[in-house]
Amino acid sequence: MAVNDGISSLSDHLFGCGMAAYAAAMLGYAAEFAFSRLGTRQTDAEVAAQATAEVPAARAAADRPGVLVGAGAAVGAGGEADPAVPTAADRAREIEAARRRDQAAHTLAAGNDGDVDVPARARWVGRIAVGLTVLGWALHLSSVVTRGIAADRVPWGNMYEYSSMICLIAVTTFLGLMIRHNVRWLGVFVMVPTVLYLGFAGTVLYVAPGPLVPALNSYWLKIHVVGAIMASGVFLVSAVTTVLFLVKERWESRLAEVAAGRAEASRAMQNRGGIVMRLPSSAALDTLTYRIIAFAFPIWTFAIIAGAIWAEAAWGRYWGWDPKETWSFITWVCYAAYLHARATAGWRGRRAAAISLFAFAALFVDYYVVNLVITGLHSYAGV
Amino acid sequence: MTSPTRSTSTAAQRPDGPDGPDGPDQEAVGFDPDASAARRLPDGHADGRAAVAPDAFAPPERPGGAPQPADGARPVAAGNAATGSGRRRALALVIRSWRQLTSMRTALLLLFLLALAAVPGSLLPQRNINPMRVEQYLAAHPTLGPLLDRFSGFDVFSSPWFAAIYLLLFISLIGCLSSRIRWHARALFTAPPKAPARPGRLPGGSSWTSSLPPAEALVAARAALRGRRFRASVAAPGARRPDGSPDHSVAAEKGYLRETGNLLFHVALVGLLAAVGFGSWFGYSGTTLVVNGDGFANTVISYDQFSGGKLVDAAKLRPFSLTLNRFQASYEPNGEPRDFRADVAYSDDLNAPTRPATIRVNHPLVIGNTKIYLIGHGYAPHFVLRNVKGTVVWQGNVPCTPRDGMFTSTCTIKIPDTGLPPTGSPRRPQQLAFSGVFTPTTHLDPARGYVSIFPAATAPGLTITGFVGNLHLDEGVPQNVYTVDTRDMKQISLSGPAGAGRTAQVLALANPRQRTLTGLPGGMSLEADSVAEFATFQVKSDPFKREALLFAVLIIVGLIASLRVRRRRVWVRARPAATGDGSVVEIGGLSRSHGDGFAVELGQLTTLVREATLVPDAAEVAPDGGATEVAPDSTEARGAPVGDATSNASEQEH
Ligand code: HEM
Repeated sequence: MAVNDGISSLSDHLFGCGMAAYAAAMLGYAAEFAFSRLGTRQTDAEVAAQATAEVPAARAAADRPGVLVGAGAAVGAGGEADPAVPTAADRAREIEAARRRDQAAHTLAAGNDGDVDVPARARWVGRIAVGLTVLGWALHLSSVVTRGIAADRVPWGNMYEYSSMICLIAVTTFLGLMIRHNVRWLGVFVMVPTVLYLGFAGTVLYVAPGPLVPALNSYWLKIHVVGAIMASGVFLVSAVTTVLFLVKERWESRLAEVAAGRAEASRAMQNRGGIVMRLPSSAALDTLTYRIIAFAFPIWTFAIIAGAIWAEAAWGRYWGWDPKETWSFITWVCYAAYLHARATAGWRGRRAAAISLFAFAALFVDYYVVNLVITGLHSYAGV
Repeated sequence: MTSPTRSTSTAAQRPDGPDGPDGPDQEAVGFDPDASAARRLPDGHADGRAAVAPDAFAPPERPGGAPQPADGARPVAAGNAATGSGRRRALALVIRSWRQLTSMRTALLLLFLLALAAVPGSLLPQRNINPMRVEQYLAAHPTLGPLLDRFSGFDVFSSPWFAAIYLLLFISLIGCLSSRIRWHARALFTAPPKAPARPGRLPGGSSWTSSLPPAEALVAARAALRGRRFRASVAAPGARRPDGSPDHSVAAEKGYLRETGNLLFHVALVGLLAAVGFGSWFGYSGTTLVVNGDGFANTVISYDQFSGGKLVDAAKLRPFSLTLNRFQASYEPNGEPRDFRADVAYSDDLNAPTRPATIRVNHPLVIGNTKIYLIGHGYAPHFVLRNVKGTVVWQGNVPCTPRDGMFTSTCTIKIPDTGLPPTGSPRRPQQLAFSGVFTPTTHLDPARGYVSIFPAATAPGLTITGFVGNLHLDEGVPQNVYTVDTRDMKQISLSGPAGAGRTAQVLALANPRQRTLTGLPGGMSLEADSVAEFATFQVKSDPFKREALLFAVLIIVGLIASLRVRRRRVWVRARPAATGDGSVVEIGGLSRSHGDGFAVELGQLTTLVREATLVPDAAEVAPDGGATEVAPDSTEARGAPVGDATSNASEQEH
């Protein structure tokens, strides 16, 4: 079959340029972060003082881990408690804390950029980074399209192509999130794994474009693989937000400790405080993670079902516990467990986050360990 | 509320009934939104989870907390245990175990266990997938292997422990679903839970003064909410608050589809598990190898390999038969396969007419709920054994096992009936065996000898060696047709294209002068005169496939409804204004999950209700169209589901 060498190398060049744009965007996001730290008006002492006032109240109302309000979300406290009603002061504080917690959780929906001062030049760097991301995305997309043209088939037939597509979806997810919410802070954290992942794909996994083996050449397979890639790209972003949640959550509880006088602010806390503070509250990160996973989960379910339909057509059984199928199932179960855990009080927050990471690890095994180490029927997908 | 409420501790402290003067207010303002929702929902478990509050689930799952009743029935069981006889105690134990088993936590645990149990199945070779690799593994691990085997390490997915987890999960799901369905059905037919004392103090709530008296303000508010497709009901006329004041309130709810979808998902999951289980009991699969021009019938004996579910009646397989007319493969120039197809003729019953069909990879032939797949192919050279007079003693196609992408294949030819008398002492039969390597496009590689450089049979060649002696075929011990047992055989020297008296010869099948071996015992000769292609078919029957697909689709539908629809409640309460005949109206609401845009929606609803209650005839002053929807006279016309609204409200206890 005709593999067009000219278009093929064009695709490789576009891939490289897209990666370069992503890398530059990554630096931009990182710089915005760094600048905003310099621009932070609140000193650690102020943060701690503020936390002293609000964290215990929030704790009392929250009565569970993982929902402490970000230190800065306190702005505008107290305005709306109705003084006419004869309630005890602590009642009022509880309402206030509940309200604030709610507000913090809505930070994302409302597009509120959070609470840290970001100087104008940092914002500009951030905007440029967004522009670079869009540019990189366009280049990356063209690379995928030209790859398909070069091989004269859908561009998801081997692991290099899968990996490239997964990154493309991850970046698309990030850009999509940015349309509705102000999630520029997420940029650096999405770009770092994307660039590393693309680097890995472009070097270790790279193969020249070629035709599909007949078993892969099916209508359902295309649907199945698209579904799996889409879900995986989105899950990748959810893994990023989960890690950020864990970082922020830890920081918040440390802050609460400091505020309550039970601990000293460590050096690390003072040094990294600016960066961690720039993140939304852990509650908002938790919500964001949930939403991303809730978005990807039905797609993953669909991908598995499409895969089963294809397996039925290709091998005569829709489910045969082939290693790939087994690990897709394990991944599915883990994400289902995450959704359940999120709905269960004692398992929200940190434990749900652990399940989310666990599930992502299973997804990783599904893609890489199964393809590269364990041999099964799927392994002829080739590297 | 008298229904068993899976309550949080807040609820437990607050029996229904008149509170002190402070009671209602504190109740309204003091609660954590989550806890309040749990308390307010009429039916604990089912609703608590669906409405707002993850915390409604809290008691049994809260780590480290004191064990609390999972729902209202548990204390009853415990009470019985404390006072009753031994039988009652046993009953209580059964009930408790049942509740434990059907709790979401147990189901989760079982789900995790199922995932965990699947791991060894993906790491160890499995008999149902690749029995050869299991044998290799057992040979390579003489101590660990048998141990693993004893615990079904090579049959994980049909092992008793895997089945146990699967079955428990199944029961757990059915148990918890049946009660959730009952709860949800009840919720669908009752009015939304009543308004808290001060809805305006819920997060995002607000209040204002309306010129309408409370009753009219509420009618307007209800209309506004129903205009947004909320199920809304006004408290019955004459209803009283716990403190004795008249209850002027509207309770509204939306998003019941969430729970419906969620239940659909879980029910479909049970259905899928059942379909998979039944499928494996009633399904079977067999593989058979068919040389061009041959055929087979769907009977157990015509399969090289057959595996049937426990409930398959092997004597009553669907009686179809199939003939392979032509197998064709095409390849890329580099030898990668491009397309395979098998042109067949089949009849789907004993006396049915034969029909032509084409089977390709991914395009099986479907006969009822049986499918016939093309799963492999290869070459079967044709051999003719002649005796010294030139009479044909034996002939046949011998399928060779492909061993690489260029279809270099291993051939084993066994000829037990040669017509030669036994020789030697002890006397042993003169049976013949040949083993060879078939190369479809033969090329002499200086380093590797004869190899195949292309998968199509453009220059078929066969490198062959021969043996004579006892094949031990008739001793009742099953033998692998692809290996020769050379214990009692000795190699023979062959004459052929490469010269006389060699151990190995290379035959060129396309060349009539280079494809015959001579000098065999008794002056016999063997000619490899042509090569046919064979195809391997797999026949699969799974009578529950369609059901499995149906449930899979329902799983997705349910999942999307469950994850996309939000369930939220809005309450409006009015009380007479301190002065004049107007009223103070409060609105507030709760959504199941935070940060999902409910704040925005509540804001819009507030605007609507406010406009509806501030102006007697909203239609006149609402140029933007939003308020026209809520004109009081359109109350009944608005499209809330039939049968839910006010009529229910009056039947409700309070
Ligand atoms: C006794 C058994 C089970 C119970 C009581 C149960 C209960 C629930 C509940 C209450 C929810 C809603 C959570 C929410 O609204 O966020 C839910 C959601 C879900 N369940 Fe189950 N479940 C059970 C078993 C299972 C099993 C075996 C699976 C298989 C993977 C499963 C998969 C899911 C999924 C994917 C969701 C997400 C949908 C959503 O969040 O609304 N469940 N389950």
